[in-house]
Amino acid sequence: MRLDQRLIAGMIRPGTRVLDVGSGDGALLDHLFRNSGCDARGIEIDMKEVTRSVAHGLPVMHGDADHDLAHYPDNAFDYVVLQRTLQAVERPREVLRQMLRIGRHAIVSFPNFGHWRLRVQMLTRGRMPMTSVWSTPWYDTPNIHPCTILDFLTLCEDEGYVVQQWMAVDEDGERAPWRRSIRLANLFGEQALFLLRRKDTPRT
Amino acid sequence: MDQTVPAPSLSHQHVTFPDGLRLDCGFHLAPVDVAYRTYGTLSPARDNAILVCHALTGDQYVADPHPLTGKPGWWSRMVGPGLPIDTDRFFVICINVLGGCMGTTGPRSLRRGEDGRQEPWGTEFPAITIRDMVRAQKLLIDHMGISRLLAVVGGSMGGMQVLEWAATYPDHVFAAMPIATSPFHSAQNIAFNEVSRQAIFADPQWHGGRYWECNEIPARGLAVARMMAHITYLSEAALTRKFGRRVRHEPGRGGVPGSLFGEMFEVESYLRHQGSSFVRRFDANSYLTITRAMDYFDLGAEHDGDMSHPFAGTRTRFCIISFSSDWLFPTSQARLLARALNRVAANVSFVEIDSDKGHDAFLLDEPDFDRTIRGFLAGTAEHAGIA
Repeated sequence: MRLDQRLIAGMIRPGTRVLDVGSGDGALLDHLFRNSGCDARGIEIDMKEVTRSVAHGLPVMHGDADHDLAHYPDNAFDYVVLQRTLQAVERPREVLRQMLRIGRHAIVSFPNFGHWRLRVQMLTRGRMPMTSVWSTPWYDTPNIHPCTILDFLTLCEDEGYVVQQWMAVDEDGERAPWRRSIRLANLFGEQALFLLRRKDTPRT
Repeated sequence: MDQTVPAPSLSHQHVTFPDGLRLDCGFHLAPVDVAYRTYGTLSPARDNAILVCHALTGDQYVADPHPLTGKPGWWSRMVGPGLPIDTDRFFVICINVLGGCMGTTGPRSLRRGEDGRQEPWGTEFPAITIRDMVRAQKLLIDHMGISRLLAVVGGSMGGMQVLEWAATYPDHVFAAMPIATSPFHSAQNIAFNEVSRQAIFADPQWHGGRYWECNEIPARGLAVARMMAHITYLSEAALTRKFGRRVRHEPGRGGVPGSLFGEMFEVESYLRHQGSSFVRRFDANSYLTITRAMDYFDLGAEHDGDMSHPFAGTRTRFCIISFSSDWLFPTSQARLLARALNRVAANVSFVEIDSDKGHDAFLLDEPDFDRTIRGFLAGTAEHAGIA
């Protein structure tokens, strides 16, 4: 399991219902079932990963964030997790709305487009930045909706989501030290990880 | 019930239920024989039973040689010691469906006529539904003292039974694997079934369904029905790979070179073989009864038009499997089922197996499919606490 997945697992209370959207190889699901006693399920777009997960006994269905969340009832889950995918979905705002409709909490991680290295590259070269996190050229990238940590915070405010917890994470998934200042996190954090809830959901 | 002329006399392992059961059509069918096979050992807690439901032309001989054809069981590559449905671990039950012709009460079974003489039901056999089939299976499962099936597994019409089990007896089904199936029989599939039935009706030896009186069977009609249906089980890619345009020259058959039917494409020869071997083991009236039951299948219609209703609050774990080249029960229909289950937040796995073998892929060698079944059942056993 990646380090940031450990951080995500740490946000999830044991024995809860979890939907992992983009569950990949199912590492987080397996961890949540075995170590936290969660009813953890996955949605994954890559059929090979789906087959691999189900063959490991994990409940995963083929689908994606844009098209499959709308079919679930309200509050079906305690947590809906979206890892490193928000920037690649067709309609990020709608996906977030669905996550916080079907789940009481949303856990979202995404690569931060406000990182200083990207800013410097844009400024000095005048071309689309390429880093280890943003590693595909503009014409090939699946990341059609990049955003910065500040952009994401603004969206949460507009949509009425409460940020219950946030942290900056570096590329390897290690928690970065910018936990006090969101502006510094936006400059130095490679990835961001948020725990959200709706305003009307009590804090748990 | 196996004395029917001209079918071969065979005795099948079965239990007779004198009280029978009330069918969806309102008819009370009694007594009811339920023929079955079991594999493996039932655990002392009776918690390791897996029910395998067979398809339209299948039967209970899932993993041992067929008593009529001598061929290996229809899923012998899947069910057995060490196989994905592992009989070293699980107690596997397979039951001939109601309306079938391998020992469970069906159109070939005898009833007492008005004049007191015994005669087969024939086309007088009441219309049955998939749910009726499942009710008959439930009689046997109760009789075996099994209060909860660890899993119900089945492909095609077997998958319809899996869904009916989960919808009708949710507390008795821990996990359900509907494979290559749909929550309703589509207009296209009803259309194919109708062509099959018309082929049987058109055979002069059908004799209005009372063919036993003339000591005949509508072999041509039933064979044509099977040939047509068999095409729908395959795919263009599979047919091309298997036969292409290859021609078979049969000396002494068709005669003169250049005559219209002087030579035969291999695909024609294959279908004829499928047709002729089928009529030796299957009863035409059973074919009519069972295809009709499939046509009536519509999980939504049974529950106020919403196929998610019967699954509200379900605790059953589902694993839906479809095959990419299956055009009879396409992935799009499996996805409708998956989404219906999502609407009630059921625990659903949904896999489409990449295969060019069409609907029949669920009976054939597909390693990803095997892995999926094995893994899902292992996970199921773990969740059920019988690992």
